[in-house]
Amino acid sequence: MASNTTPMPANTGFDLGRFLRRNGLQVGIFSVMLLLWVIYFVSTPAFRQGNIYTALMSTVPYWGIVALPLTMLVIGREMDLSFPSIMAMSVTTFVGVNLATGQPLLAFAACLLTGFAVGLINGLIVVYIGIPSLIATIGTQFFWSGMVQVITNGRSFPLNELRGTAFRDILVGNLFGFFPMQMIWMILVAVGVWFLLNRHRFGAHVYLIGDNENTARLMGVPVNRTRVLMFAIVGVAAAFGGLLNAIQISNFFTNLGDGYLLIGLAAVFLGGTSVFGGVGTVFGTFIGAFIIASIQPAVVAIGWAGFTTEVIYGLIIVLSVAMHTILRARIR
Amino acid sequence: MTENDRLELRNISKSFGEVHSLRNINFRVGRNEVVGLLGDNGAGKSTLIKIITGYHQPSSGELYFNGQRVDHLTVPRARELGVETVYQERALADQQSLWRNIFIGRELTTRFGFLDVKKMRAETDRLMRGELGFTSTAVTPDSSIKGFSGGEKQGVAIVRALYFHAEIIILDEPTMGLALSETRKLLNFVREIKTAGKSCIFIDHNVFHVYDVADRIVLLDRGTVAGEFRKADLSLNELLDKMQHVAETGSL
Repeated sequence: MASNTTPMPANTGFDLGRFLRRNGLQVGIFSVMLLLWVIYFVSTPAFRQGNIYTALMSTVPYWGIVALPLTMLVIGREMDLSFPSIMAMSVTTFVGVNLATGQPLLAFAACLLTGFAVGLINGLIVVYIGIPSLIATIGTQFFWSGMVQVITNGRSFPLNELRGTAFRDILVGNLFGFFPMQMIWMILVAVGVWFLLNRHRFGAHVYLIGDNENTARLMGVPVNRTRVLMFAIVGVAAAFGGLLNAIQISNFFTNLGDGYLLIGLAAVFLGGTSVFGGVGTVFGTFIGAFIIASIQPAVVAIGWAGFTTEVIYGLIIVLSVAMHTILRARIR
Repeated sequence: MTENDRLELRNISKSFGEVHSLRNINFRVGRNEVVGLLGDNGAGKSTLIKIITGYHQPSSGELYFNGQRVDHLTVPRARELGVETVYQERALADQQSLWRNIFIGRELTTRFGFLDVKKMRAETDRLMRGELGFTSTAVTPDSSIKGFSGGEKQGVAIVRALYFHAEIIILDEPTMGLALSETRKLLNFVREIKTAGKSCIFIDHNVFHVYDVADRIVLLDRGTVAGEFRKADLSLNELLDKMQHVAETGSL
């Protein structure tokens, strides 16, 4: 490998070679985003105005907030296909508690707790019964979205009475009239997950379990507990993202979460997280989410048929995963 | 037993379903002693090791550390008691950085479980230059270990075992896949364990390596202890004869 033979500069100041080796994947995905943005900017006037950015920052966090801890789950070599139904189930709890008590804060806590509990159940099923998470969470996805329909009788619930409250403004208000609060929340969640993953023992264990579960067990890593908690954290995030969505549109539709599964996963894999576990970054997913979300408005703004969107989704996902695979083989 | 034994196993049995991997094993490791463990494939060496490291729970029998009985041994508890193991399968995480591999399962943390990354990097750097003998500047504590040679990986596993002040170091097939010079280094390392006053359980397919460094040799066969010899009482040729006999007849 070339990097072994080139003499390295001394460890003073900024070392580009080392920076690239440590952060190659992030640099890669960031470059893809910049490239796409330049294309958008040049080819369509819509991307030269602020509205589109406000729109993106307002809608991406609903599922982006889930994609971030989902990254951690995939690094730990697990999968959760049930997060859309966790969103709906948790917001069902929110609506129920809010109607019963008239206390949005209490309802908020109940909502997050529901997400935690449902995620925990996923984790317990996967870890202690031993069903692969891909299959277990297909089951729980059906179960909880069915439960939501049963509990609500399929009705939707308006959340208009929250309009104008501080509660709503803090969750989904617009900062300075144009910066959506949910974007702030997504940034906070990203920072939180980054710390958990990169600067906390929990995250260190996630990487180890995803890389080599047998090694983790031999070295005394609490494998089962860590895996269960990974699912629970995704559950809490799903509850939060789902609630932001419902509150923003001031209505809870029971199909909340539909359409978020594939783009959420796409953001994770586009961001360079390995399907085989052990490798992945929060930053990559963050950027990946915005790349995915930008494709549809870009296609429309450029004036292509809306159908083209999915063709481009497909291309970008395959190309970027190929890029990551090739880069990973080279960077060490 | 004597109070002076680091470790004693009494009547340990282990079965996996219908398979009896170990039957009534009595085994001890003294202070400052290197015990060689010999046996054919499937004799139960790895199972025995994994009971001592807390990875498997015995089906019956008792474990004593320094004369104290220990029930429900877990991997973290065994490591607290000073058991460090260099596994046959190395127990490394290939895609992770060197520093993460050194501190697997025992990350240095500050309050609330936050990692002390700076300290772990610095310690890894120190170990690299000292014990591991890496001189190339291309290898840093942040290098992932997937490009390392077999000997380098073995070095990481050994240095990791030493870093945490082990009292009993278990080496499971440590010479497998090593070059000749690396093997010689390893055998010297086992002698140093003894000089440092620690104990060691040494498992190897190669009888010559075991005979070379062990104070005492335990022969396992089909899940039972077939024989136990002090090296002082037995020549290498006699050991080879006995092993042959055990392999053919199942007893001494």
